[in-house]
Amino acid sequence: MTPISRVHKNQGVKLFIQTVIARAYPRLIGQQREKSWMFFDIVLPLLSVSAYVFIYRAINAPEDYIGFVIIGGAMTAFWMNVLWSMSSQLYWEKEQGNLALYILAPNSMMAILLGMALGGMAATTLRAAVIMIIGSWIFNVHYAVVSFSQLFLVFLLAMVALYGLGMMSSSVYLLLSREAWHISNLAQEPIYLVSGFYFPIKNFNFWIAAGASLIPLTLGLDAMRQLVFTTGASLGFLSVPIELGILSILCILFLVGSRYLIGYMEKLAIREGRLTESRR
Amino acid sequence: MHFAIETQNLCRIYKIRGGKKTEPKELLALEDVNLQIRHGELFGLLGPNGAGKTTLIKILTTLLAPTSGSAIVAGFDVVKNPEKVRPRINMVSGGESSGYGLLTVRENLWMFSQFYGIPSNIANQRIKQLLDIVGLSDRINSKSSDLSTGLRQKMNVVRGFLTDPDVLFLDEPTLGLDVGASREIRHFIRKWIDDDQTRTLLLTTHYMVEADELCDRVAIINQGRVLACDTPATLKHRLQGEAIYRMEVSPLNGTNLQDFESIAGVHKVTHRAQDGFSILELILAQDDVISSVVNTMTAGNIHILNLQKREPTLEDVFVDLVGKSIEEMESDADIEST
Repeated sequence: MTPISRVHKNQGVKLFIQTVIARAYPRLIGQQREKSWMFFDIVLPLLSVSAYVFIYRAINAPEDYIGFVIIGGAMTAFWMNVLWSMSSQLYWEKEQGNLALYILAPNSMMAILLGMALGGMAATTLRAAVIMIIGSWIFNVHYAVVSFSQLFLVFLLAMVALYGLGMMSSSVYLLLSREAWHISNLAQEPIYLVSGFYFPIKNFNFWIAAGASLIPLTLGLDAMRQLVFTTGASLGFLSVPIELGILSILCILFLVGSRYLIGYMEKLAIREGRLTESRR
Repeated sequence: MHFAIETQNLCRIYKIRGGKKTEPKELLALEDVNLQIRHGELFGLLGPNGAGKTTLIKILTTLLAPTSGSAIVAGFDVVKNPEKVRPRINMVSGGESSGYGLLTVRENLWMFSQFYGIPSNIANQRIKQLLDIVGLSDRINSKSSDLSTGLRQKMNVVRGFLTDPDVLFLDEPTLGLDVGASREIRHFIRKWIDDDQTRTLLLTTHYMVEADELCDRVAIINQGRVLACDTPATLKHRLQGEAIYRMEVSPLNGTNLQDFESIAGVHKVTHRAQDGFSILELILAQDDVISSVVNTMTAGNIHILNLQKREPTLEDVFVDLVGKSIEEMESDADIEST
């Protein structure tokens, strides 16, 4: 029998990148192996989108509102992914026994979180794109993009801030354990409302819209609508440059917050011995 | 660096929260544990459930802070330099369900290898080699959710060895496995140590045979304290002057074990009720004490079905140190918890 030889191990940046890729892998591959997502993540959201489209058509709302709904429906996929998969992931990892192995390994926990986020984001981008393409085709939506570079920047910042929020909340959910499920349930519908997934948030009182802007998708959606529809600018909450600025601040805030919280969670786990023990 | 693992006066107290108005209770899980484990050693921690074995492993693997005392693993303090300890260690627990069911065996193992910075091509080569050694290569592309408990545990064991740790911790690695799978895993563990004497392995178990067969040295631990630490042969030699008997007798039906323990020359008696008979294990000062035991049984109308003198085992050492067998202790604990 061949002896089991010693092996070279990468460290530093290489280890960080390897960890990110490895942790993103289950999310990407999981999508290919569980085909049920096509029904639950595309057909069902399209039904909700259709309901709003028919309401807007019934009341003769401006045609751009149909596009607002399609974009909102597509972006909802990201919010659902962050709320149900990203936020609760560390708690689930603890229950599975993976969390102890993540802490025990020489990798950074930020790399684990980043891997989860990138994997989730990539998998959800496919779902969102399918919703958008099919929705636009069925309801004959026309886009008039003002600036592709700004649109890309808005989408990128919204994603970084949103998944930064998810990374941060995954540590919070871990500390809250089962209570987290109730919070997700509680947060889902109100956030659908205030984030303006299916209508422009300009319709709200300024302070409600400002409060809702803490959810990165609120401003992301608002800016994207301003950039892709002719009437978008007139229905926007704030100007695109201001929204880009706020999104940048949210990116920094949530990423720094997630780093602080994951560090705190790890210290707490080691001090109390509870968080790595699913049976205790 | 003198030792692969060294602990000094290691203590861990858990605070168990009660209700909101009650003060948390304290549970002493480890008390003044002092161990020195040499490089190249396969060291066993033997004790019943709740003895403190897993707590000790958690401290040594940087997953839990000690309440007091210190621990050095692979040359670094586990509290002060966990980032230096972690690249050099790995851990596998019995019955763990780590990884992702949607991924294949190869993908799960590859994922964990990446967390240790092993280049992807080398990781894949090692995965094939290790799966071949444990007899799992034909399931390399099976989803891990499709594996039986035994096969899944083999995969977990491979995960521990894959990252080439200097010090490997195995917490009850054969828990719940059938005899064949346990034997294969034990064989693999021994081979890993024998291949390279710079490797060190700490194994916890409550299977006496496993500790006896595998370990270079064994520490017997109970209620957080190390009661004895030596080679299995030396530990058993402690009982060489005593006579050990195994008796199968008619059901004891209320006869008190203390009746036997009070006989002069009887050091320890353990009892296991079987279907229709009882098994007594006796540690006696010398052979002639058995006649007094037999007389007591005759007086109590207990029939002897089988009487056998045997060599001491680690189980006897444990009984001699603790006063009960591991089986009895775990059975008592089960009764207390119900």
